[in-house]
Amino acid sequence: MKWRYFKQNLFFVTVRLSAFIIALSIGAFLVYIFMNGIGAVNWDFLTLPPRDSMTKGGIMPAILGTFYLTAGAIIIALPLGVVSAIYLSEYAKQGPVIRLIRIGINCLAGVPSVVFGLFGLGLFVVFLQFGSCILSGALTLGFLILPTIIGASEEALKGVPQTFREASLGLGVSKWQTILRIVLPNALPGILTGSILGIGRAAGETAPIMFTAAAFFTAKLPTSIFDEVMALPYHVYVLATAGTHIEETRPIQYGTILVLVALVSGIDLIAIIMRSYIRKKKRW
Amino acid sequence: MVTLLSDNIIEIKKVNFYYGASKALTDVTMDFKKNKVTALIGPSGCGKSTLLRLLNRMNDLIDGTRVEGEVVFEDRNIYDPDVDPVEIRRRIGMVFQKPNPFPKSIFNNITYGPKLGGVKNRSELEALVEQSLKQASLWNEVKDILNQSAMMLSGGQQQRICIARALAMKPDVLLMDEPTSALDPVSTAKIEELIEELKKKYTIIIVTHNMQQAARISDYTGFFYLGKLIEYNPTEKLFTTPDVKQTEEYITGRFG
Ligand SMILES: Nc1ncnc2c1ncn2[C@@H]1O[C@H](COP(=O)(O)OP(=O)(O)OP(=O)(O)O)[C@@H](O)[C@H]1O
Ligand SMILES: [Mg+2]
Repeated sequence: MKWRYFKQNLFFVTVRLSAFIIALSIGAFLVYIFMNGIGAVNWDFLTLPPRDSMTKGGIMPAILGTFYLTAGAIIIALPLGVVSAIYLSEYAKQGPVIRLIRIGINCLAGVPSVVFGLFGLGLFVVFLQFGSCILSGALTLGFLILPTIIGASEEALKGVPQTFREASLGLGVSKWQTILRIVLPNALPGILTGSILGIGRAAGETAPIMFTAAAFFTAKLPTSIFDEVMALPYHVYVLATAGTHIEETRPIQYGTILVLVALVSGIDLIAIIMRSYIRKKKRW
Repeated sequence: MVTLLSDNIIEIKKVNFYYGASKALTDVTMDFKKNKVTALIGPSGCGKSTLLRLLNRMNDLIDGTRVEGEVVFEDRNIYDPDVDPVEIRRRIGMVFQKPNPFPKSIFNNITYGPKLGGVKNRSELEALVEQSLKQASLWNEVKDILNQSAMMLSGGQQQRICIARALAMKPDVLLMDEPTSALDPVSTAKIEELIEELKKKYTIIIVTHNMQQAARISDYTGFFYLGKLIEYNPTEKLFTTPDVKQTEEYITGRFG
């Protein structure tokens, strides 16, 4: 009997420890970034372009660039992903073809991001002749996060009770209207959750934008979607590997990372608040 | 004057129904009388819900179902290829076993269907809400809280919201699949009263497991067993002097 209690306690301790270790490593990571980065971050850092071969000045063009690229990726991937999910879960007759499409989507989710980068380079930059620009980068990132958004949207659509659909269809409302007025609004919180993950991924990736959108350095701010931009993750990459002043620019690197983390967390926070607000309004 | 029009609103002719390979209804032929309440009874799994959902093509929503035979409503077979099931469902409304209001306000629950059906005028919609809720004898209970969520109401009130919502479409027929099985006795009595009132304007077809309920509220009763219509007669006759021995055994509780 004692032995059994011991085993049970051991199990609980192990589980608790695992959770604790995870929380601790995230905490340690954030503290580390914060301690190292906060020194570099001030108003000028956020609002000025880099100068003196990027060893001084701010990172404003990179912040703006990352914002444009992420927003562009979401604008492209969200409608496409939601519409695909609607087709897959509401319209398509489940069969071998659909199964194949699903496998394809899952494979897409597992493709290394550098492959997306090369794909973007080949298709958007070279073949469609968009050049290296916001549009090419946003499209590439959009495709990168598409599987995440499709998956989350499908889950969210499945989560809407079948009885809602029946109630609407039973009133003589068409299937399309039912999806638009009943299913989609009720799936929205879940869809947003999925998009949160997508946003974080799109903002943080370096490889997909390296060949398709990101500039090594440009003080000029983009005026159209056909302009190149700087981007936070790529800026860190450049400073940390390619510059001649790698050690000298460490504080700027940490500062940039801190800004990136804060930006992603900020977007997440907005999405979470939006989601809980919608949830409160729609409850069943 | 001799009238050639029959008083049947729906006629089912030699219908077989399949879920994939399994047959759920066999050779069912029956007529539903206008402005009457028809009850469908029978043991679990005998096909009552299947038959009900056949009448407004709700079974279309399930993959792999197949219908043979005809369901005639207003001189056309509703399973003809050129018939729009959406149109049919507007004319033949449905109330489900479990109350299923939308997570919207009471007002928007009632106006949801009519709005999409083309009623845009605000005062028209308001009149429709009042009229439908009165018909569902719910107006006095909710007239001051029309903007509150329908999900906040009690189960019995929710079910009457669902009835009002169906009535707002101004259907000819109302299908009810065990509408009171999830409700307490008081709410059940209210809905039974309501059905009595509604049959003046609507034709009602109701599935019920409650034999007393069928006897109390219906004019005609059909008894189903294993996908077949065993007996179909005026309720009084079916419950007092049934033609078929199986019916008698079922209503006296000797098998179930
Ligand atoms: N979606 C479905 N797919 C396959 N078979 C089904 C489906 N729905 C019902 N059936 C089968 O069809 C038969 C009739 O079912 P139905 O739901 O019409 O019975 P019922 O008389 O309404 O029963 P209950 O009183 O339990 O509601 C049953 O054998 C059931 O298993
Ligand atoms: Mg049933």
